[in-house]
Amino acid sequence: MTKNSMVTHESIINNSVPFAKRHIGPTSAEQTHMLKTLAMESMEELIKATIPDSIRSKRPLALAPGLSEPEALARMKELAQRNIVFKSYLGTGYYDCHVPPVIQRNILENPGWYTQYTPYQAEISQGRLEALLNFQTLVSDLTGLPIANASLLDEPTAAAEAMTLCFAHQTEATHQVFWVSHNVHPQTLAVLQTRAEPLGIEVLTIDFAQNTQVTDKLPFGALIQYPGSDGAVIDHSILISELKTKGVMIAVATDLLALTLLKSPGELGADIALGSAQRLGVPLGFGGPHAAFFATKDELKRKIPGRLIGVSKDTTDQPALRMSLQTREQHIRREKATSNICTSQVLLAIMNSMYAIYHGPEGLKNIAKRVHSLTTILAKALTAHSFKLVNDTWFDTISVDLSKSSVSLDLLHTRAEAAEINLRYPSDQSSSQIVGISLDETTTLGHICDLVMVFTGTNEESRAQVQTQINGLVYQPFEYRFSGRLVRMSPYLTHPVFHQHQSETQMLRYIRHLESKDLSLTRSMIPLGSCTMKLNATAELFPISWPEWNGIHPHAPQVQLDGYFELFRELESSLAECTGFDAVSLQPNSGAQGEYAGLLAIRKYHLSRGESHRTVCLIPKSAHGTNPASAVMAGMRVIIVDCDKSGNIDLDDLTAKAKEHKANLAALMITYPSTHGVFEDHVRAICDHIHDNGGLVYMDGANLNAQVGLCRPGEFGPDVCHLNLHKTFCIPHGGGGPGMGPIAVKKHLAPFLPGHPLAEPWEKWPSESLGTVSGAPWGSASILPISMMYIWMMGGPGLTQATQVAILNANYIAHRLHPHYPVLYRGASGRVAHECIIDLRPLKAKTGVEVEDVAKRLMDYGFHAPTVSFPVVGTLMIEPTESESLKELDRFCEAMISIRQEIAEIEQGTFDKVNNVLKHAPHTQQLVVASSWDRPYSREKAAFPLEWVKTTKFWPSVSRIDSAYGDRNLVCTCPHLTSYEGI
Amino acid sequence: MNFPKNFKYTKDHEWIELQGQIAKVGVSAYAIEQLGDIVHIELPKSGTTFKAGESFGTIESTKTVSDLYMPVAGKISEVNQAALQKPELLQEDPYQQGWLVKIALEKDTSIAGLFGSDDYEKYLRESGS
Repeated sequence: MTKNSMVTHESIINNSVPFAKRHIGPTSAEQTHMLKTLAMESMEELIKATIPDSIRSKRPLALAPGLSEPEALARMKELAQRNIVFKSYLGTGYYDCHVPPVIQRNILENPGWYTQYTPYQAEISQGRLEALLNFQTLVSDLTGLPIANASLLDEPTAAAEAMTLCFAHQTEATHQVFWVSHNVHPQTLAVLQTRAEPLGIEVLTIDFAQNTQVTDKLPFGALIQYPGSDGAVIDHSILISELKTKGVMIAVATDLLALTLLKSPGELGADIALGSAQRLGVPLGFGGPHAAFFATKDELKRKIPGRLIGVSKDTTDQPALRMSLQTREQHIRREKATSNICTSQVLLAIMNSMYAIYHGPEGLKNIAKRVHSLTTILAKALTAHSFKLVNDTWFDTISVDLSKSSVSLDLLHTRAEAAEINLRYPSDQSSSQIVGISLDETTTLGHICDLVMVFTGTNEESRAQVQTQINGLVYQPFEYRFSGRLVRMSPYLTHPVFHQHQSETQMLRYIRHLESKDLSLTRSMIPLGSCTMKLNATAELFPISWPEWNGIHPHAPQVQLDGYFELFRELESSLAECTGFDAVSLQPNSGAQGEYAGLLAIRKYHLSRGESHRTVCLIPKSAHGTNPASAVMAGMRVIIVDCDKSGNIDLDDLTAKAKEHKANLAALMITYPSTHGVFEDHVRAICDHIHDNGGLVYMDGANLNAQVGLCRPGEFGPDVCHLNLHKTFCIPHGGGGPGMGPIAVKKHLAPFLPGHPLAEPWEKWPSESLGTVSGAPWGSASILPISMMYIWMMGGPGLTQATQVAILNANYIAHRLHPHYPVLYRGASGRVAHECIIDLRPLKAKTGVEVEDVAKRLMDYGFHAPTVSFPVVGTLMIEPTESESLKELDRFCEAMISIRQEIAEIEQGTFDKVNNVLKHAPHTQQLVVASSWDRPYSREKAAFPLEWVKTTKFWPSVSRIDSAYGDRNLVCTCPHLTSYEGI
Repeated sequence: MNFPKNFKYTKDHEWIELQGQIAKVGVSAYAIEQLGDIVHIELPKSGTTFKAGESFGTIESTKTVSDLYMPVAGKISEVNQAALQKPELLQEDPYQQGWLVKIALEKDTSIAGLFGSDDYEKYLRESGS
């Protein structure tokens, strides 16, 4: 035997690669090289030069060292198994369903679909834009309303958007009252009440069946749930037309599966239809993420919230898709916007659209009829056993009134629990004895049998008797259990796309065909500033497919949720440790919603101190558009603070405005590091100044990726911040959602954090809760394991290193590009934070080249553009993140430098200002291989501008898109092929 | 860039052309160029009264949306339906076909305080435009 005295078994056994090395792009040798390039001796020297001493944290993260991937997965599995998955009949807008495996594997679990950002660069996003157009067509067809958006966050917030749309649109002098049917889902009512209060809207709950008489206090709008939350399917057309003649706008919350059988809201006269599309192929996920839908009449198209995909054309007159009418949105309208919606639920909406395509209209109708049929069998079986039903109409939900039955609520509860069944029981405070049962796509005759046995107390030995009874019912004729006037006669999903992909082979190819048109992180870096497009590791994503996380209804009882609560506790404390705050709420399910929740907490704080007059919110000019939009929604008055030449908040202006509004100051919203990508020296002084004047400080956490492990916002002044888990903590962007925007607060704001009317937490909801901001109690809970896995696998040291490398990568890019493009805004010592802004404005005057042209030309090199014209018009903001390797950073820099040379060729007069390779970018394969070529540059220059592009080539599927054409001629559903001829 | 001599202009880039007690109002070629492709305009109903400086509508391009401000006080007497239907008219012909509204001026309204074309051009130069 040969002995090597230097090597022990121990060192070999423990020599696995730490996950941090997989997550962080540059190797240690590369990091050393990059530091040298920056003339820095060490990482510490770079960080010292970047982050002001005054805000550096004095202690490292108190988080355990990183686990390996197998260790973290084992721990996550152990946690998952502490959840108990009962069969859910809880309904209330959440229904179990079968996710077609071809969709689960090729979309939900496929980084080619989940790693992209919002489709801002439409030419390289045609795949998901088409999938979203299919979603809009699905929604528009089923709701009977022509304009449908590309999803909202959840049904309750969609209802709130409907309320504020009606509020903003009211033409007649009506009261500031919004009517809500008593039969809406309770979480919808809770969110409506929260959203209404700061705007001065009064929400009145009305039983429309009892009280169709219009009272003297005429509302500006009304919301009806159809079918009702208790299952009743009522014809509201007369009520709707009565209210409409009085100028009241009507919103209908509805269910897409039910609408395959029921007359559409559009046909009933509704102005708006909304709801959750979850049951079309998306798991329960303990409440999310799910896509909500929202559709309106044509006359409201300029008021509809959220992203709207529209058909336009490219320079070769080929049809091409892009986001249309963007001027409706918060990033343009800012404090004048009526909604702060930004990220929505793209990935889930795409799953819904694919589910509809896979099943087609007949298939969807069959699923609906099957659910309806089983509900009728259950209803008949229970009534045969003398149970009384509350309604004589239903689609998939029946309500059983136990007050007239020999079975007590407690007894039923005990039996159901033994059978591992969750029913919808009345709340503890209520004296009602009504139990709800909602069926879904997964329900079988066996389940009906289980339910009847639970209600009747039949033991297992007598199962055969119940089966016999049910078998008798099965052979009775099928009939709709709602008014014949409500039976749907109008067609839907007539477009060919909903008829051509119903074999798995066809479906797979359609999914792959669309995927190939999208540039995702599987191809190259997406250096979008302010978006943090880092690695979404596969191990982090694994748990979201486990039934212990995604098979649970959001209103399932506390005792079944040990695993979830442990996850929440640990994630909350880890996030509190990273940010230096005292308490965390996981409820907000997007960054913008986090902002809103944070501001509401501030509002509640002032109210609790008897200072309701404190409503002024100071916001720097450079803030993200969601900031002012959220502030207005929270009932605040926005005052804009100027920025100085280096991108920092103008201290003099801030001081003057804080002083001027001293008596009414509610808050300052800041982004840190600033939206300009700089660690401002004065942040402590700024926060002190606001506090001295009676206000609180809200920090936008969009740029937290520059801070984790190095500084803690809770230590340098802010009172509350939100965290974009989809940026800093690895939840994939999903092509435009889902996101998660939890908020972290200091002790004095903790009593005001969000609560929920339907779920119990492990402790109590905060005492003076601001209300409910999301439909589900813990937002999009089923994706929280992603962030937890990231934190476990990186550990404290790994997270800190990630931040350091994110800063190193940004400074390396700034250094390499600086000789070619001016880098705007640096900190006191000349360093940028985790992103940098390059200025293209000087080039426009000389060469006519605009920032847009550079963004499009990057596509020819195989790159997604950085953020265009935010926060400064005419610039690009580059955020490489820690996950990109040196090689990839160099490739990106080479592309940018090569483009600069192409611009120089225009400067020198070699190429014309209008007819050049930038103005014509991007170049499609079709264009480059066409038999005719009349451009002043070569085909090779167009398509393969650098040697390595030949091996990595990504072809944009359309050329430059004409945005004006699409905005002037809005088409937001799938056009039938003949209509393309007009283009 | 062309700024008709007989028109008056405002700091917010509206133009006004006086025709007796009626005036036509539109948006200057400079503002149109800054906005980019115009895709939509919103205008008030005839008969609505506005004070000077009050917002009377909005103009939208693919990139942005701006308020339109009344150069002087008056009552809307006519709205350019052609421009509402075809907002491109503002780009193609901002001073003739691309007018927005006609207003009936209040008695004794003076437009003397507004920019003449030379002053407006000077204003654009000085404001760094």
